[in-house]
Amino acid sequence: MVRERESQQQQQQVSYTVEQLVAVNPYNPDILTDLENHVNEQVSSQTYSLDANLCLLRLYQFEPERMSIPIVVRILIKALMAMPAPDFSLCLFLIPEQVQMEEQFKTLIVLSHYLETARFHQFWDEAVKNRSILEVVPGFEQAIQAYAIHVLSLTYQKVPRPILAEAINIEGLSLDKFLEYQVANSGWALEKGHGRSQLIVLPRNEFNHPELKKNAVDSVPLEHVTRIFPILS
Amino acid sequence: MASSYDYDEPSYDSRSYPPSSQASDVGYDPNFVPDSVKTFVVHLYRHIREKNVYEIHQMYEGSFQRLSDRMFRESPWPSVEAVAPYVDNDHVFCLLYREMWFRHVYARLSPTGRQRIESWDNYCSLFGVVLHGVVNMQLPNQWLWDMVDEFVYQFQSYCQYRAKLKNKTEEELQLLRQYGQAWNVYGVLNYLQALVEKSMIHQILEREKEGLEQFTATDGYDYEGGSNVLKMLGYYSMIGLLRVHCLLGDYHTGLKCLAPIDISQQGVYTIVIGSHISTIYHYGFANMMLRRYVEAIREFNKILLYILKYKQYHQKSPQYDQILKKNEQMYALLAICLSLCPQTKLVEENVSTQLKDKYSEKMLKMQRYDDEAYAVYDELFSYACPKFITPSAPILEEPLTNYNQDAYRLQLKLFLYEVKQQQLLAGVRSFLKLYSTISIGKLATYMEVDEPTLRISYMLLNPSRQSDMVIIFCVRS
Repeated sequence: MVRERESQQQQQQVSYTVEQLVAVNPYNPDILTDLENHVNEQVSSQTYSLDANLCLLRLYQFEPERMSIPIVVRILIKALMAMPAPDFSLCLFLIPEQVQMEEQFKTLIVLSHYLETARFHQFWDEAVKNRSILEVVPGFEQAIQAYAIHVLSLTYQKVPRPILAEAINIEGLSLDKFLEYQVANSGWALEKGHGRSQLIVLPRNEFNHPELKKNAVDSVPLEHVTRIFPILS
Repeated sequence: MASSYDYDEPSYDSRSYPPSSQASDVGYDPNFVPDSVKTFVVHLYRHIREKNVYEIHQMYEGSFQRLSDRMFRESPWPSVEAVAPYVDNDHVFCLLYREMWFRHVYARLSPTGRQRIESWDNYCSLFGVVLHGVVNMQLPNQWLWDMVDEFVYQFQSYCQYRAKLKNKTEEELQLLRQYGQAWNVYGVLNYLQALVEKSMIHQILEREKEGLEQFTATDGYDYEGGSNVLKMLGYYSMIGLLRVHCLLGDYHTGLKCLAPIDISQQGVYTIVIGSHISTIYHYGFANMMLRRYVEAIREFNKILLYILKYKQYHQKSPQYDQILKKNEQMYALLAICLSLCPQTKLVEENVSTQLKDKYSEKMLKMQRYDDEAYAVYDELFSYACPKFITPSAPILEEPLTNYNQDAYRLQLKLFLYEVKQQQLLAGVRSFLKLYSTISIGKLATYMEVDEPTLRISYMLLNPSRQSDMVIIFCVRS
């Protein structure tokens, strides 16, 4: 027990040091290995640091012979998991064209494209086919599901069950369990739709309830959006 | 990806004057010091010692340019060794003189490989002296800005230079091998970072917010007998870091480097017009690449209006050509941003008129999202973008290639990819403008999609894009 705690503390210390390094001394080839270790730590401890990863990608730019493809793949997967933040594109800007032509990268770019255009069905199809690439990063599925729910909550006040199912790639009994959990912990509600269909009521926010929008100056279309599209029911 | 603008064109890269042959052909004697130069350095040296900032500025902006025009159009100024005796061989003055000497060569002539490397050495010495805190001068902001601006410019130029290996002479290759440290990216970034840190400019700006320090109020000058050099070099280095990060494609970090400067207001960065323009140009460009089109449009609009109003006052200044050039580039970027994210209320009338004059036809094309549109996006992006660099050391073995366009090609490719993603949303936007409510069936008909066989799909404009929120879906029967 004691040893575990010690090593945990050590891990925290190392991460703290890496963050400091990135803030204070980022243009330094000597920290490259530390940053690579930090990526692996992010993967195993399910944490994330954009600045540290950008710093590493820059160093790879400065010293291309030291670039590690598996590390870059991990950085990109972590970036996908950060959606809707644009981190994935930020990383691509720093990765040389030839590297981006490799199969793994092409796959990740396609996956990112599906997510950007909210084509969840195609996304999950492609993700399943490329499970071996994505498996290296625990928490990937959950992160994407959270993003999908985020997208749905911007669009719908009440989501029909089949649409939710497709977006998060969960069905049947698993979906029932998932919904139970969300109802109990995340403020979701369930309603009956037409016939025997089920509607999921997501929490209110300024996107699916324009009256909640704090600042109406910028985006005129928002009001249009929720009025234009009748909710499927 | 072919661009109609030649990215490599030297005139795109140069300052106001075309490069001419190296002075050795024209009978240049580095040891000959004309009387006017003697007078110039003697007076400049005296004014610097007496901290007479106004006079320094007059000589720096005025006399130096006039003498360059009259006597040094096609040759460098006299060497620093020849001039040193007239200024007590003052070490710091000589570093300053050399900095101006090299800047003149870059602007009016064409630097040799050796000169590029010597200029790097000079910057190392100059910044070294400043960082050691032993400098006691007050120099005009224009000069201090020019130093940082030129430093980054020469770095960018060197990266381009050493990435074109095909036609290098053996002598030039040998120089590259021997002086691998010259203009290395770590050195450049670390000098800028060191200036930021040693000057404590972040803390100064913080304290200023709390009323504990005078900085902006004095235009950065020190009225208590001290020096403004380290402080101002540190301040301008924040903008320098933004610029270098943009050249590398790291827009996120670039913007972070600029963050301590509040660009929603006037500040020290607006005192020198070159610094103002460079800040907003790179800020706007970075935001555009981060898909924050509204933010980019706002800032481009402000600066373009400013330039419209005030450029007449800079007609005689040596920076005038650069001002005009950046002005044109920002109109191109504004055209791009407005095509990707149409806005009606963000562009001031006069700017809008200028924009229409220059780009109305091209903007119409860009909003069509066909092949011709991509060609126009390509053209404008290539014209207006920074000269991206490959920062790594060159591989000086056969086969020797030119790879100076690689970095630019990547950024262009990713930009056009984003344009393509925007295309998917463009058609929907026009429909939304017409209808306040629309049934799915009708929408499907107008979108010319076959309703019964449609799959459920969403098109979502990501809020992080700061553009319209658009959702359509088509129903599976």
